Amino acid sequence: MASRLMWASRAAASRLRISTLVHPRLFSSSEIPKELKYADSHEWVRAEGKSATIGITDHAQDHLGDVVYVELPEVGAAVTQGGSFGAVESVKATSDINSPVSGKVVEVNEELNSSPGLVNSSPYDKGWIIKVEISDEGEMNNLMGPNDYSEFCDKEDAAH
Amino acid sequence: MERMSQALSWVLLVLRDQGPVIRRFSGGGTVIVDKDTVFVTFICNKDAIPGLQPYPRPIMSWNSQIYEHVFDKACNFQLRENDYVFGNHKFGGNAQSITKRRWIHHTSFLWDYKIENMAYLKLPTRAPEYRLARSHTEFICRLKDYLARSEFIDKTISALGSHFSMEHVELEPSQQSLAADFVPSSREITMQEMEEALAELTSEEPAAYSLSK
Repeated sequence: MASRLMWASRAAASRLRISTLVHPRLFSSSEIPKELKYADSHEWVRAEGKSATIGITDHAQDHLGDVVYVELPEVGAAVTQGGSFGAVESVKATSDINSPVSGKVVEVNEELNSSPGLVNSSPYDKGWIIKVEISDEGEMNNLMGPNDYSEFCDKEDAAH
Repeated sequence: MERMSQALSWVLLVLRDQGPVIRRFSGGGTVIVDKDTVFVTFICNKDAIPGLQPYPRPIMSWNSQIYEHVFDKACNFQLRENDYVFGNHKFGGNAQSITKRRWIHHTSFLWDYKIENMAYLKLPTRAPEYRLARSHTEFICRLKDYLARSEFIDKTISALGSHFSMEHVELEPSQQSLAADFVPSSREITMQEMEEALAELTSEEPAAYSLSK
């Protein structure tokens, strides 16, 4: 059998033009929901005591494009802060979704099975993805508030 | 209803011909691959490319610039929506998977194809705008008609080499280094699953069912 060869490369220096296309944001910084907390991987969490609702932000859905499928976890599954629990599939890409908090999944948004586009059209409301029973409320201190998250997004877009 | 009929006819064809179907972990639509298909995959850490945001469009745009150095200007190579085309004929499809720390960008190049295999692919529900409802044979082209296979591979490696330091690696030893408990998420769809899909589709559209051998 002929050897199958794999080329590995290390980026010593890239002289390729990097796309500077900046997607217009649908939500201005003043419209980022004030009551939510945000992860640097662009998920949001709405916490009410030990109950948390989680989704992806408008920034994330805008960059991912039209969502065609959402891979949801099983109810009862454990999630950890920063760990992947599912995926969002847009037209040509699947992207992991990471949990902003640790705990147990108590509900998933079944509506997304028939209407995955809710993640695009209503990222902070009808496009919610999972609900979690939080195991460590102190982890919320690791997340960003709306103003810090807005600055984070602006810096991220400006740096590229 | 039309979408259901298309799905039903596809399932019927696959069951009739017993062709293997693989569900891959990355995004993208259905492709027909054979022994001639050329696959080029980039697996990168999140910060591997300075200034590149790990999102679909920036990755797609960056990747297309590699191939601008592979094809002659006369080929009119372009990235159109998410496809690699010569003019308005597609010869390469793309798919990606993006995690928190890494991303993968994968291109399937249509080196050659058999017309009869295109029967498996109906006009997709979500088609690129530039396709303009063309049939598959009017929409795609064969990469082999534009340059020799060795030339394509050599020029692609050369294009990469002008931007990255390259190292030739044997694949088999790398496969051995995979963790013993690694379970690939891409997998072959079983005939039982296809039959279950058929049962589900025909329960919703019984009048359209017909399996001819």
